[in-house]
Amino acid sequence: MRERIVYLLGIAALVILTWNINAIARLPEETQQGVTFKIIFFHVPMWAAAITAACTALLASVAFLVTKNFKYDALAVAVTEVGLAFTTVGLVTGSIWGREIWGIWWTWDARLTSALVCWLLYGGYLMLRKAIEEPTQRATFSAVFSIFAFLDVPIVVFSIKWWRTQHPQPVFWSGGSFPPDWTHHFLWNMVAMVLLGVVMTSVRLRQEEAQREIDSLRRTAHAL
Amino acid sequence: MAQTITTIKPKEPATQADHRRYSFFRMALVVMLKDLRAELRTKEAINGSFGFAVVILLLFSFAFDPDVDTNKALSGGLLWLVFAFAGTLILNRSFARELPNDCLDALIAAPVSGAALFLGKALANYVLLLAVELVSLPVFGIFYNVHWTHQLSALLLVLALGTWALTVIGTVFSALTVNIKLREVMLPMLTYPILAPALMAAMQLTMPLIAGNAIAPEMMRWLKLLIGFDVMYTAISLFLVETVLVG
Repeated sequence: MRERIVYLLGIAALVILTWNINAIARLPEETQQGVTFKIIFFHVPMWAAAITAACTALLASVAFLVTKNFKYDALAVAVTEVGLAFTTVGLVTGSIWGREIWGIWWTWDARLTSALVCWLLYGGYLMLRKAIEEPTQRATFSAVFSIFAFLDVPIVVFSIKWWRTQHPQPVFWSGGSFPPDWTHHFLWNMVAMVLLGVVMTSVRLRQEEAQREIDSLRRTAHAL
Repeated sequence: MAQTITTIKPKEPATQADHRRYSFFRMALVVMLKDLRAELRTKEAINGSFGFAVVILLLFSFAFDPDVDTNKALSGGLLWLVFAFAGTLILNRSFARELPNDCLDALIAAPVSGAALFLGKALANYVLLLAVELVSLPVFGIFYNVHWTHQLSALLLVLALGTWALTVIGTVFSALTVNIKLREVMLPMLTYPILAPALMAAMQLTMPLIAGNAIAPEMMRWLKLLIGFDVMYTAISLFLVETVLVG
């Protein structure tokens, strides 16, 4: 049943993306940035999915520390890996956008720097997991580290408010200038990315559960 | 020859006074004094850390031409990189020094809360790190020909806040990584990205102070970030360290 739901969600995400990419391609070019501006339909939803993943990882980590139930640890690692993938693509799309508009691939402003720090932190989380063999210790230490790492996420989100950055201010709120008739395409992409994140997390979660079963069987066989 | 007879009194239940005597801060103080005494007897970490700080100061002089203007522009970044790298040597040993003879297990089994143990170790590391920094500062001034005492009180404030950030994160991650393989690799890999906001704030604030300028109003957000970082990570470390130590 769960697998069917995952397949359906995956198909829904692909259908929304295909329809929406087609619609976005037909939209007129933006007055200042031309066709390049359309990368916003992917760049921002990627980051929205990454931040959703970080929030879920935090909740799963806290839930593990409270309940000591390993399904939350599996969820935390699955969602962190998916979030890291979204963060990577978010950084790459941002870099491509920066190269086209600013003429440079990278600048050390607060938004970009804090986003890179976030990427390093969640990469560090996965490295930490690899460095600990005992499952309970691995889950506990990873959960603690995930809580520490999450504290960087508000800095990424609010950095453009707190400091003057080369990264532009939000175009959707605080008097932003995003064309209203483009908003629903943007929101559909947001939905598609989050759905894609849910599907990838579910697949990774299933792998993690299968790995846990294999480890358990191996321990039983070893004991016998 | 008079025979002395000693009687063993039955142990009385802990009174309110005993409880006060071994209060949270008292226990933290005992752990801090133990760590400082152990370090001052061997001087392993503090000597290594100071030596490493001088080595980094030397190496940085090869990286750029150290004239007066460059020194003023780069001083904040350079100093905090020195403190962060040299500090790792002290922080790395904080919990690792308890591994021989299973001292760490004894400490965890002792009637000391994890938070008090952490606070005591953090305070000891703080004193050692500040000592290394306060000795490194004049050396930096001499090597790079910089008069760093113009805004001494503000510089000391930034030093105190930035060093606490280094200490808290370094100590809690020293506890986290003490029993894992590749500890020496994992500790810097995990601590430096977490420290990035605090180091950035400390560097931004130190730069004008070394140049002799007061903290400008637009720099106050960096000071707030540094204070916020210290408060937030101290609170969360005190809350989670018991889980890290006991599981």
